[in-house]
Amino acid sequence: MLNMMAIDWVLWIIGAWIALGLLGIIALHKFALVARVFFPLGAVGGLILAYAAAQALVSGRVESKQLALGLPSLPFHLRLDALSAFFLVIIGLASFGISLFAAGYFRNGEGTAPGLLCLEFHFFLASMALVLLADDAYAFMVAWESMALTSYFLVTANHRLPKIRAAGFLYLLIAHIGAIAILLCFGVLQANTGDYTFANMRAQNLSTFWASAAFLLAIFGFGAKAGILPLHIWLPEAHPAAPSPVSALMSGVMLKMAIYGLLRVCFDLLHLHIWWWGVLMLALGLITAIFGVVFAAVQVEMKRLLAYSSIENIGLLFAAMGLGLLFRSYGMNALAALALTACLYHVAGHAFFKSLLFLTTGSVLHATGERNLGRLGGLIRFMPWVAWLALIGVLASSGLPPFSGFVSEWLLLQSFLFTPGLPQPFLNMLIPIATASIALTAALAGYAMVKFFGVIFLGQPREEKLSQAHDAGKFEKIGMGWLAILSIGLGVAPNWVLHLIDPVTKGLVGEGIARNASANGWWLVTPTSIARASYGPLYFLFGVMAACAVAFVLVRLFYHARLRRSAPWGGGHSWRNSRMQDTAEGYGQPIRQIFEPFFHLERHLPKPEDTEPEYSVAVSDKFWEGIYMPIARATEYVSVKVGRLQQGRISIYLLYSFITLLVILLLVPTARR
Amino acid sequence: MTELSIQLVNLFASFLLMLAFAMLAQRRVLTLINLYSLQGLTVVAATTVVAHMTHQEHLYYSAVLTLILKVFLIPWILHRLVKRLNVRWDVETLINIPSTMLVGIVLVVFAFNLALPISRLSSSVVPGTLGIALACVLLSFMMMIMRTKALPQVIGFLAMENALFFAATSATYGMPMVVELGIALDVLVGVFILGVFLFQIREQFESLDISHLESLRED
Amino acid sequence: MTFTRALSQVISVVTPLALAPLLLGWVNQVRAWLSNRRGPGILQPYRMLHKLFNKDSVMADSASSLFRFAPYAIFGCMLLANAIIPTLSTDLPLASAADAIALVGLLALARVFISLAAMDIGTAFGTLGARREMLVGFLAEPALLTVLFSASLNGKSTALATIVEAVVHRDFAIYPSLVFAGMAFTLVYLAENSRVPVDNPSTHLELTMIHEAMILEYSGRHLALMEWAAALKLFAYSTLGIALFLPWGIGQRATPSSLLFSLPSLALKLVVIGAVLALVETFSAKLRIFRVPEFLATAFLLGVIGMLTHILLGA
Repeated sequence: MLNMMAIDWVLWIIGAWIALGLLGIIALHKFALVARVFFPLGAVGGLILAYAAAQALVSGRVESKQLALGLPSLPFHLRLDALSAFFLVIIGLASFGISLFAAGYFRNGEGTAPGLLCLEFHFFLASMALVLLADDAYAFMVAWESMALTSYFLVTANHRLPKIRAAGFLYLLIAHIGAIAILLCFGVLQANTGDYTFANMRAQNLSTFWASAAFLLAIFGFGAKAGILPLHIWLPEAHPAAPSPVSALMSGVMLKMAIYGLLRVCFDLLHLHIWWWGVLMLALGLITAIFGVVFAAVQVEMKRLLAYSSIENIGLLFAAMGLGLLFRSYGMNALAALALTACLYHVAGHAFFKSLLFLTTGSVLHATGERNLGRLGGLIRFMPWVAWLALIGVLASSGLPPFSGFVSEWLLLQSFLFTPGLPQPFLNMLIPIATASIALTAALAGYAMVKFFGVIFLGQPREEKLSQAHDAGKFEKIGMGWLAILSIGLGVAPNWVLHLIDPVTKGLVGEGIARNASANGWWLVTPTSIARASYGPLYFLFGVMAACAVAFVLVRLFYHARLRRSAPWGGGHSWRNSRMQDTAEGYGQPIRQIFEPFFHLERHLPKPEDTEPEYSVAVSDKFWEGIYMPIARATEYVSVKVGRLQQGRISIYLLYSFITLLVILLLVPTARR
Repeated sequence: MTELSIQLVNLFASFLLMLAFAMLAQRRVLTLINLYSLQGLTVVAATTVVAHMTHQEHLYYSAVLTLILKVFLIPWILHRLVKRLNVRWDVETLINIPSTMLVGIVLVVFAFNLALPISRLSSSVVPGTLGIALACVLLSFMMMIMRTKALPQVIGFLAMENALFFAATSATYGMPMVVELGIALDVLVGVFILGVFLFQIREQFESLDISHLESLRED
Repeated sequence: MTFTRALSQVISVVTPLALAPLLLGWVNQVRAWLSNRRGPGILQPYRMLHKLFNKDSVMADSASSLFRFAPYAIFGCMLLANAIIPTLSTDLPLASAADAIALVGLLALARVFISLAAMDIGTAFGTLGARREMLVGFLAEPALLTVLFSASLNGKSTALATIVEAVVHRDFAIYPSLVFAGMAFTLVYLAENSRVPVDNPSTHLELTMIHEAMILEYSGRHLALMEWAAALKLFAYSTLGIALFLPWGIGQRATPSSLLFSLPSLALKLVVIGAVLALVETFSAKLRIFRVPEFLATAFLLGVIGMLTHILLGA
């Protein structure tokens, strides 16, 4: 049993998840059983999955298998290589924390029955794992679609609210448009051979035109899933609608499936690499990143803020991938490996810290019932666990050392600084701009995250009822703590992670940076050489901690350390209330002003004669008005026109059939000729 | 020695670029004029260095001419204009300044790319400066577009001429003396004419806002 | 790691710690002279720190543990930043722990902590200061990064020590890209250290202050740490400027004697920088808060142009 192949282990876990889901149906309303037993069991499954995949990753074996499922003579081809193993590790590790959290999070009698939630949740996990294993277009699409469907049902868990149904519909719509593009992409890739296995696609040598077509379709299809501009609009709707563990799973893990798909298509299935692909991807990524982070900074709803922040991170991932493609197209494989390493590192980092942040919003939501930042505040006093864990997520997400976000950002900037080696002067000129936008994105992410944490957890409670807020439960704490540990671990021990990433980049571009990176000791990352750049996160951690400790001890030793409590300074007034602090709107105001052209603003200003003056400002996306509403109107217009054909009278419909029959009969002789 | 001269020319070139951006970002008319004369001074310095480096006598003359004309005379005229017209207020721009600067960066990239193949062909020892000069021309042009008042537009025009002059000296070691004299005279006359125009505009509309010129019909 | 190397590392940490208040005192003194005042003397910051450490700390009722922890974290970050920057020597054991990007990250970490601490009490001033600090930060941070990138394109490395050595060892040459970088750095330097065009370190007018608004609720030893951290930040930025643009005279070995030899040149440069800073502050007026983004956007764009000119001119 123990010396099974890794792919068998993975399949067993997938089977176990499906079984758990089916058990959930049986125990449809047995809340305690589902929450306290099934979800933790699923979590353990995640851990085993991560371990098995990590074994496969380290051993470097490529394992494949065929499952005679589905249609006859169309078996599922499955394959576990380094790329899929790496993403499986992420699914496993993240789902462990999220499932444990979910065990404590789902309450009885909320929307969907607990057993049904259990089914959807575990099927969702299983289909994501299956996407990674799929080695033919058929299995891939089946897994991909069931991933979209299960997540749709999870998003609409509270289906009684019309707003949530609308969000779910939007999500499903865009997911399907994306899926069509992916299917077409596979169609192009198999190059008329009729064989849809990935092995066959790998063997094809496409012309520049068809390869570019496949690339563009892939970018559109996977971009829709990832939330790349302008296909991002479902993200800020679906994430707030979903229950928090589901948002965590979708944002932290499911978005990464799109990244996986793109990596698979661009670096594995396609052999041709053209420089403008990289530029396109890079530009899309950078625009998405800046757009996402600017919008994140002005949001007033905590989960929307995080959703926009996810858009930003996806943008960064695209930028890193684009850079990798660019290097690859000029045959600079070592640098392509560096850029891809940055991408994969950020995939892992984002999976953990964004899940963590979504989970903390879940705890806050349960404790207070509020999701609007304007009604929160001061929660660090009532929920210290959640607050400190959220702080770790916030620091990681802002890309600050020594947390996980910084390492990937650092690697990304390093790979950008190597671009003067590119042989095309035009690209050289663009690079400073790209680098500067990444720096700007990182800094703005800090702004958004400080707002997120500061407004929710710090300051005075903005509502009376907040002082009744309770800290997270046991399961929730363990789940969040696990993700926080991963976020720190990824930040302080980068070389171990790089060793895991190494086989992936070796598989994709034939090079890896891990050996170089740890050449100067395991505590120091040196992507190329020590004179060029180095980063030792442990020094950081210990340096800051030592400085803190020394300062603390010295102050204690030499000075008396009395502390007096009193009311804060009220600017000379004796009264002071919580409405005097900055609101979330106020915190976003500078960004609104600076980036005004980005937004569609609706301001409501009070007039002097108003007895109850009210100020409000609503920020919305210009893409709605600019792209989606015209499309929607056009669709409506066309359907009204088409609707005229439908009179509702049977004889008319029979007439249609009759005319069709006549036309076909007319066409038959021409076809025979 | 030539090594140092080349570096100096490059340095002055980047000064010019920086001044072009400074003018783009500047709101005050008086500072704008001072920046213009500073730009003239940089061109003079660059011309002198090129003259020294290539031992071309006539470049010294054109440097002196530039010094008198663009560093002292024209700024003095402009200062007088500002005083007489009483237009010390802040200049309004069509788009806000950070966005203007962003567009400026795009122009710089464009200009650098445009100049790269040309400067490869050029025999000049300082090929990179051509791109910078071109960028300065474009930036000055943009400054003319972005301003709503007539005086800054005049300054933008003059700055453009400075950049062209710099391009000529650095890339081809100057134009023939006659041409240079002619251009210098043209610029001077141009400033006078523009000054007269400004007075006329103000008398007509009691403002220097060129949006008044948009209604073309006589009412 | 031999004993001398360890000792020189310690010296290079203790020197900023000891000299930072002196630099602050010097700047304040020159400012006083320039405005025809006698000034408190350059030792005033030490006296102030001593006084503050001896006082009781008064803390708001609602202050959380984050509020108490923040001064130590900020102080630690600033101290570490000073240890990373090659101040006295380019060959220090800790130099490889962090490069230019990590330095910016470290400064950002301190900024996040100070902003969070300011938001903790929930007074109007604190949150206002925090918001403005983040506003300054989100533009100043990328500007600083672009400056460092211009320098690192020159030195073909992001390691600060390598950048400095590249400049010191090469024959004297003029780098146009560094002109842009230097301009941008000056603007960032003023903004990040709460100096006049952006903020006024001596103001107590609520509507204009940024840094002072954030530390309004601190007192006693916590305030002392915050003030010391601010002095360290000024020192760090000054030495960073010196390292990037005027590194001549820096020691290149990790021996205490080599450090001592480079001390006088460092002191001289700091004296000049402090005086120039005071001069700039005296001659400029404070900007309206919504002109500040413009000011910093200019710095950011100058940094970008610096990188562009490096690529065009190759220097």
